[in-house]
Amino acid sequence: MRVPILKLHEYLLISIQVELDDKTALQFQEDLLSKIHDTGAKGIVIDLTSVDMVDSFIAKVLGDVVKMSNLMGARVVLTGIQPPVAITLIDLGINMRDVPTALDLEQGLDKLQQDLEG
Amino acid sequence: MAIQSCVDVRNEWDIVSARQLGRDLAKDLGFSSVDQARITTAISELARNIYLYAGNGRICIEPIEEGNRRGLRIIANDTGPGIQDIRKVMEDGYTTSGGLGAGLPGVKRLMDEFAIHSTVDVGTEIHITKWLR
Repeated sequence: MRVPILKLHEYLLISIQVELDDKTALQFQEDLLSKIHDTGAKGIVIDLTSVDMVDSFIAKVLGDVVKMSNLMGARVVLTGIQPPVAITLIDLGINMRDVPTALDLEQGLDKLQQDLEG
Repeated sequence: MAIQSCVDVRNEWDIVSARQLGRDLAKDLGFSSVDQARITTAISELARNIYLYAGNGRICIEPIEEGNRRGLRIIANDTGPGIQDIRKVMEDGYTTSGGLGAGLPGVKRLMDEFAIHSTVDVGTEIHITKWLR
């Protein structure tokens, strides 16, 4: 199973709609970094609207891919985190403090645009 | 009448199977979407602990009734190395895996009841319960 990564001008858009097992999550991490390398994308939105559970492992993979992308000169925004996911992450003690987030895809793209122009 | 469902945990795929089973049972029992996420996440963490530290073990999930309360109980057991110092693993931020799991304090916060029994060189058994509100 692979997570599709779509290119839109200088952005990459990802909507995670599969059940993320460990291997799929790590494969996604690698795929995204290759795609950044190949396309020179500057901004990335990872949309989690369809994700109903984020455990500590998935949170770590997502947090890491944000940092890795930053190292390659790209900005990442996580969007669409559902209320139950936000609640369980904080219960678990994971705050993802350094990870940029936005309510939805639209606001995520706005945020990236501001960051890239600013 | 309570039927126990179990998943053997030996690899990464079994972690997904365990949490899917938990999600289905939590939904059937009428848990809210937030509590479904709590239960599913707690199972995922316990299954990952089994996979990381014990190599193999088992997650069993059963609907329970006590008086007029109904809930879901999850039992995670393994025949792994056991835990040397339970007080230490129940401290926030303690890890032996470099932070791969959120740890047991997180699981405890997600659930209503939490009990752990562990014997070095014998294994670990954890019982967690969530009650329907």
